[in-house]
Amino acid sequence: MTPRIADIWVYLSASPLLGLTLTLVAYQAAYWIYQRAGFNPLLNPVLLAIVMLVSALTLTDTAYAVYFDGAKFVHFLLGPATVALAVPLYLQFDRLKKLALPLACALLAGSVTAIVSAVGIAWLLGAADGTLLSVAPKSVTAPIAMGIAEKIGGIPSLTAVMVIMTGVSGAMMAKYVLDMLRITDHGVRGFAVGIAAHGIGTARAFQVSEQAGAFAGLGMGLNGLATAILMPLMLALWRVI
Amino acid sequence: MLGPLTVLLVFQLIGEVTVQLAGLPIPGPVIGLLLLFLALCVRGSLAVPLRDTANGILQHLSLLFVPAGVGVMAHFARISGEWLPILAAVLVSTALAIAVSALVMRALMRGRSDVGDVGKTGA
Repeated sequence: MTPRIADIWVYLSASPLLGLTLTLVAYQAAYWIYQRAGFNPLLNPVLLAIVMLVSALTLTDTAYAVYFDGAKFVHFLLGPATVALAVPLYLQFDRLKKLALPLACALLAGSVTAIVSAVGIAWLLGAADGTLLSVAPKSVTAPIAMGIAEKIGGIPSLTAVMVIMTGVSGAMMAKYVLDMLRITDHGVRGFAVGIAAHGIGTARAFQVSEQAGAFAGLGMGLNGLATAILMPLMLALWRVI
Repeated sequence: MLGPLTVLLVFQLIGEVTVQLAGLPIPGPVIGLLLLFLALCVRGSLAVPLRDTANGILQHLSLLFVPAGVGVMAHFARISGEWLPILAAVLVSTALAIAVSALVMRALMRGRSDVGDVGKTGA
């Protein structure tokens, strides 16, 4: 009996089916818990699913590369999902047009705050150079952040992890930070979350309202562009000083 | 479902090719987003199937970040060695970025007539 199970395991762990299925099962279990808890931001489904999967992979001694061979099919959909953000953007365009100036200023302030405070805090606490350059683009969506990290000499895969940590923590704390500041407007709330916590923040905003989601998607896209442009400029400026 | 998905993939592909040809520092899907947005503006209307498919994908946007997040496994060593700077930088900076963006935007929206356009329901 035991050798048979081992054989099946060897077969399954070599096929992408396992990684893909595990991802969907873990996410749906996580989402079920999140839903049962009344969409409590602290039970973020991305975080729960990651904890379940990392535990399962560690317990079965499975390498990340083996898991990712199956999970890459889910990962791939990030591309078309980014393109799909054009739809809520188009639907909210009339409102967005009128708010061009507040949006542009909030974007610039938020983008610079995210970069400078992340690098500053990590530097003060004695992080290594590779870590500093990897944490700098943490607020933008993973593919942009990884591209930036690569360009400025960070570690792209470490940046991806920090991007996820940022998104998850932003999605978890946004409600509390914004409530404390008495910000009630869903457009403002969504835009701020999109700037600071990219796609995971945007996913949370869509769960709150379509308007918050559309503004968050805009914040995420614009901050991706802004950081890609600002980052090399800020780094060049820093090296001159 | 198939038509709208093809539209999204075609725009992503055009985005990727544009980025490669022009040597832009921006990922292809973001250019695809901009181009699809421009196409919708030019067309002046949005087909229902595209709207439904986009909403369907975006509803489960958080699922798509799970595979990359599991990659935390591969960086246990560096993260446990520098857990304090990494955690502090991520948490404090994210809270600051949310607060600063929201405060700046609200300050500039004060006294504007269009504020009422944006829903004022608290949540």
